Amino acid sequence: MKNQSVANNIDWITILIYIILVIMGWMNIYSASLPLEETSIFDLSQTYGKQMLFIMLTIPLIFTILSVDAKIFEKYAIVFYAFGIVLLLGLFAFGKTIKGQTNWYQFGGFGFQPSEFVKTATALLLAKLLSDTQINIKLFKHQLIALAVFGFPVVLILLQPDAGSAMIFISLVFVLYREGLPSWYLWTGFIAIALFILALIVKPVFIVILALIIMIIHYIFNRRINRNPIVYGIIFVLITGFVFSVDYVYENVLEAHQKDRINVLLGKDVNMQREGYNLNQSMIAIGSGSWLGKGYLEGTQTKGGFVPEQHTDYIFTTVGEEWGFAGASVVIVLFVTLFMRIIYLAEHQKTKFSRVYGYCVATFLFTHFFVNISMLIKMFPTIGVPLPFFSYGGSSLWAFTILLFVFLKMDANKVNEW
Amino acid sequence: MRKLLLPGLIVIAALLIMARLFYLQILDDSYIQKSDNNAIKIKYEYPERGYIYDRNGQLLVANQPSYDIMVTPKDVKNIDTLEFCNLLNITKEDFIKKIEKARVYSPMLPSVFIAQLNKMEYAAFQEKIRKFSGFEILKRSLRDYQVTVGANIFGYITQVNDNIIKKKPYYKSGDLIGMQGVEQMYEEVLRGTKGVKYIQRDRFNREIGPYKDGIYDTIAVQGEDITLTIDAELQKYGEALMVNKRGGIVAIEPKTGEILALVTAPSYDPAILVGRERSKNYTMLYNDSIAKPLYDRGLLAEYPPGSPFKILTGLAGLQEEVIDENTTFVCHHGFSYGRGAFMKCHCPGGNIKLHNGIYKSCNAYFANVFKRTIEKYNKPRFGVDAWSAHMKSFGLGNFMGYDLPPGRKGHIPTSRYYDRWYPNGGWKSTTIISNSIGQGEVTMTPIQLANMMATIANEGYYYTPHVIKKIEKHKIDKKFTTKHITSIDKQYFRPVIDGLFDVYNMGTAASLRVEGIEICGKTGTAENFTKINGKRVQLTDHSVFVAFAPRNDPKIAIAVLVENGYWGARWAGPISSLMIEKYLKKTITRTDLEKRMLEGSLQHEYDKVTSGVPFTINNR
Repeated sequence: MKNQSVANNIDWITILIYIILVIMGWMNIYSASLPLEETSIFDLSQTYGKQMLFIMLTIPLIFTILSVDAKIFEKYAIVFYAFGIVLLLGLFAFGKTIKGQTNWYQFGGFGFQPSEFVKTATALLLAKLLSDTQINIKLFKHQLIALAVFGFPVVLILLQPDAGSAMIFISLVFVLYREGLPSWYLWTGFIAIALFILALIVKPVFIVILALIIMIIHYIFNRRINRNPIVYGIIFVLITGFVFSVDYVYENVLEAHQKDRINVLLGKDVNMQREGYNLNQSMIAIGSGSWLGKGYLEGTQTKGGFVPEQHTDYIFTTVGEEWGFAGASVVIVLFVTLFMRIIYLAEHQKTKFSRVYGYCVATFLFTHFFVNISMLIKMFPTIGVPLPFFSYGGSSLWAFTILLFVFLKMDANKVNEW
Repeated sequence: MRKLLLPGLIVIAALLIMARLFYLQILDDSYIQKSDNNAIKIKYEYPERGYIYDRNGQLLVANQPSYDIMVTPKDVKNIDTLEFCNLLNITKEDFIKKIEKARVYSPMLPSVFIAQLNKMEYAAFQEKIRKFSGFEILKRSLRDYQVTVGANIFGYITQVNDNIIKKKPYYKSGDLIGMQGVEQMYEEVLRGTKGVKYIQRDRFNREIGPYKDGIYDTIAVQGEDITLTIDAELQKYGEALMVNKRGGIVAIEPKTGEILALVTAPSYDPAILVGRERSKNYTMLYNDSIAKPLYDRGLLAEYPPGSPFKILTGLAGLQEEVIDENTTFVCHHGFSYGRGAFMKCHCPGGNIKLHNGIYKSCNAYFANVFKRTIEKYNKPRFGVDAWSAHMKSFGLGNFMGYDLPPGRKGHIPTSRYYDRWYPNGGWKSTTIISNSIGQGEVTMTPIQLANMMATIANEGYYYTPHVIKKIEKHKIDKKFTTKHITSIDKQYFRPVIDGLFDVYNMGTAASLRVEGIEICGKTGTAENFTKINGKRVQLTDHSVFVAFAPRNDPKIAIAVLVENGYWGARWAGPISSLMIEKYLKKTITRTDLEKRMLEGSLQHEYDKVTSGVPFTINNR
């Protein structure tokens, strides 16, 4: 019996955490969208009613994934990917524009966001690519191919424009690194980000002077014989150019709302009633939670509807307010356990394909988790990404469910010879 | 190593988030406050302030409703400004200015937009208030005075200032509080306790129901009515008698310490400190540094008491047994207490005993008594301290503890005091002899003088003077029903009282007798000085009179101070006798005297100080 073997081999720990997170997510959505009059929890005119429906519909979805042959994910990876790209392209013709972003298809009362599903498709194709024995990620040519695999959807998503979702794809660099990408890519990335932030806070001149001093010291104390002044010179010129271009990028490339978000994060003088409102209310909700929170359904910020979009990207504020530090910690520990479990399972895969895919799953989920929560507590610029399994929305719930369960299916299948 | 990057990042990220959450949720309290400001609206229900009655049950102070329009600037949205302005009869500029002022106070909290609407304005506005988001009507209760006197006793009601809000968290901006007088002393019983309702609101500031189903809500507790010891009729009469004069009258019921009247002049109608004109009028009263209408002379005017103090000198002498009733001193129209040091005396001279010493007010007699008292001890310091202790047992030289603003202590010198002035010693009884006749270092306030007379009337005890007679649901403070017994034995009072009685028969107040009432009293004058252009200048003496009556069953003890009235018998004496007659007989028989006192003015005396030209004093 096929199903029997899936049930025996599937990783129940992951599924248990998944179920807990989904239930907790729904409870918080219920609290965040509770109307004044009580209605049925299945009331489809209410946010929580719809979410309940979405959750119910994940059950057939999960059974479908678990019952198909695990081989098709590898075999047809390129097909899923192509389908995803077509959906993204189709948005430009049929998409619905909400708040300047064209990233939805609208079917009756329900929306559908293809970029969520493209994540799974991209992960599959990337896994397929890296598992190809012909591919060596240490080679620059092959690095370009890998870049193209996730660069293509990134460009299409950026055109929507949806910078948040696009950013999530960048995190796949961690997967490439795991599979052998030279480490200087990461270092360059880290240094570039650090310089970008620094350049926004202090004057570029100071950064350049600081960089010069550090490099001179490095040059003097570097005992290696082959120290090359030209390399140092090139690096210095690059840093200088980058730092001075930050200002240009900030002023001319970033859009007004993106600048606002960065200003809010950096604590520059912002209007708490306008661009600073969301973050301020979010911090108030979380910050007023104290140790044990105000109690379920008792959050004053939540009840008063002070946090905009609380049931979607800001759902964690409800956790913070009503369950306090204790509840928030439980959620964080659950997520971390989930990520660690997925990484553990990935490392124990027999095939490179399923290992890379599992790594992609962990990376995607973790990046969403980190970006989502840290933007609520003023650690990261405000970027609209959902909290996996928690945030309201059929597209994101199903997309994350598919992403996770495709991996669980592969994992359950690893003992089978195929 | 490559395997560890992602797990490492996950752990670091989770720890960073938890640390940040710990800071926000646990370490930084400010968000709790912000959340409450955001989401919980506190509504207060103000109870009505207690009424104030006089000793005979006459209503003195009641309440009138007043309606303030409050504004919360943040919530003012999409209102028809023109209609609003027309309704309240204000200009658009006014509107903008008032909103801006409220915004400066706080955009989030309500502040007063227009205070104290009249009933018509209120009714018109109430009808349309739904259309004006951000505005609400707050009902307050203001004082409604039934009498035009007693402002100094009542005190007044005012909005709390920041200082009070900081010290007493009960009060919120815009709340009213009693200041001065009984409004302050009995603030907590009079005001009651306001009710609090916590209301959950949403981000549109709509109220969406009671917070936590109202478990923190409280209901308002009504203020309690109080009854004062004041006799409204006597108070009115006292204030009428003091028109165009400056000074104070304190009348006490000796047997209980109840204050029957507490007059200060000039005074003002308490009603002028109510309503929209309040702050203007208060500033006017406050800035009057010449007549000082806010200065309660009955409690605050500290002067050397003069002759009335001789009574205490005599009592101390009797108690110390340095004299008896029959001890005789010869008055040579004065008392010589050293080479070239001579205290003049206006009495006819001759052999003076205690009895005629009092009614003739003989300086020499009391100087001798005082000298003997001090010299009874082998060192003057012991003598002064024994004397000082007797004086202090009458409640002198210290705050009396009455239920009015604390007033002044007055002064009774002790040996320490003189040691400070004469650090090398060398002071003796004659150095401080002026104290014997109430000059020198002794000072007293009118209420202390009245209390002294009450104590004498009681033959040796007094109750702390007070204005509270009854509180609706509370007992009055025990200290007002606790007897204070003086260090002078009862037997010594009778001869002194006899002397005081003859002040009216044969003495300085012989012209002030009241048919059918046996009054015991004593005249006095108090020297006083002021500064004109930095120079110390003596002014006409203050006219002082103390009395109690009837002699055998005292019902009223009184002290009257008329500033710059000269002789005790000229102003203070007649006023005392009229007050006593009014209180005991309810009608006045000596209408000529009454007319003279009611119409008499000392304005010419007061004008001397400000006239800028040289003047003479103590004119006959």
